[in-house]
Amino acid sequence: MRWFAKQRYVIDFTLSSLLRRKGKNTALVLVYTLVVFMLASTMFFTYAIKKEAVIVLDNAPDIVVQRLVAGRHDLIPISYGDRIQKIKGVNSVKPKLWGYYFDSIFGANYTLIVPEDFPHGRGNIAIGYGVAKVSTSQVDYILPFWDHKGSMTSFTIKEILSSESELVSSDLILISEDDFRMLFGIPMEYATNLALKVRNKKELPVIAAKIKKIFPDTRPIIKDELLRTYDSVFNWRSGLLLIILSSAVLAFIIFAWDKASGLSAEERKEIGILKAIGWETSDVILMKFWEGTVISLTSFLAGLLLAYGHVFFSSSILFEPVLKGWAVIYPKFRLVPFIDPYQIAILFFLSVVPYTVATIVPSWRAATVDPDSVMRT
Amino acid sequence: MRKSTIFLSYVILNIILVCLMFTHAFQKQRATFPILKEKATQVKKFALTDLCLFTEARYTRHPTMADLNTPFQDFPMSIEHYPSGSLMLPPPQLKGEF
Repeated sequence: MRWFAKQRYVIDFTLSSLLRRKGKNTALVLVYTLVVFMLASTMFFTYAIKKEAVIVLDNAPDIVVQRLVAGRHDLIPISYGDRIQKIKGVNSVKPKLWGYYFDSIFGANYTLIVPEDFPHGRGNIAIGYGVAKVSTSQVDYILPFWDHKGSMTSFTIKEILSSESELVSSDLILISEDDFRMLFGIPMEYATNLALKVRNKKELPVIAAKIKKIFPDTRPIIKDELLRTYDSVFNWRSGLLLIILSSAVLAFIIFAWDKASGLSAEERKEIGILKAIGWETSDVILMKFWEGTVISLTSFLAGLLLAYGHVFFSSSILFEPVLKGWAVIYPKFRLVPFIDPYQIAILFFLSVVPYTVATIVPSWRAATVDPDSVMRT
Repeated sequence: MRKSTIFLSYVILNIILVCLMFTHAFQKQRATFPILKEKATQVKKFALTDLCLFTEARYTRHPTMADLNTPFQDFPMSIEHYPSGSLMLPPPQLKGEF
């Protein structure tokens, strides 16, 4: 109890001391909070995307087989599927038709997909929420397309995919096989790629190697690669993270440098007076420990909570201009709040501990010197 | 009121809010399970391979399906010019990590 009372007196004194330099310390807390906010926002955002990608894409095809011509993704003959189907362990091979369409009216890129079972029939389409938003379309509206011969053809919108699924379907247009082939002039014996289901997931690399051996002009992409892609593209070296991480590290270096390079004359004088009136060196260090803790802990907690609100309540509104790039169709990042306590602990130890230590070290140096000489200098 | 009381109240309040943050995250994960399931169903139904994050270039819309020559897809020595291309790293398969 006595220990607690002592700590409270020291905190009282520390806060009064900090409030004497109100302007400087308020600015410090604001900048510190902003740095933690940016770091935590990026951490929350990338972790939630990676986690969601792993959960959602677990249902993706086991192997996707592309055909490459002159190093580029090209149409694949459906007959390749018959040979691949004979490979032991392959459950099913389905030709997939999909492609991109640039809509010059709205300046948007769409992804057109032919689902296995398309319920709406020829002349009709189902569109993603992002497509509906950009084209201000509703059910039963028509959407015009230019086909490969340069003629205009229109499709009736029969369904708008839910806004909740925007993260996978925002720019999708689902269309019947006949309409797709007519629109892009794709012959009946070709598909965009082949989607495989495999009995034993452990055999995926072996089957992929067999496909590559039988058809050297193909590129089999296994599910592990799909799942690892999102883990890799948003790791700490990715552009978004690296920019924020480097600016945050620089800011922390400036903070720590400012503290570790020495105390101001006023702070040295304060330490000298405290020693002269009977404070022990340990008391001065305790006061400086609380000074560092008050600033860093206040900023850390505020930054962390603001970041959570930013990413999961405002759909990362501050990141929007960066993430949007030149895209016209842009999904709302309504991410499921997957948070990693381990990452928060790392952020805590990287932000609170170094600053507190950097505050204590120069004070300890000043506190061990004779009070008289400290006050005179 | 003592300054330490105000500070300690602030810290306790924030710690409670952090605990609530974890509770909210956990509850939201459970509540949005049907939505995640719907997305997973769409992935299965349409045989999707990627999330719809960046629609401006085909290699950022479908990074898993990107051509192996993506960095120079327009012409030799062509540099990256889509903003989203500089936000994300190239997929591991393009860097020969598989």
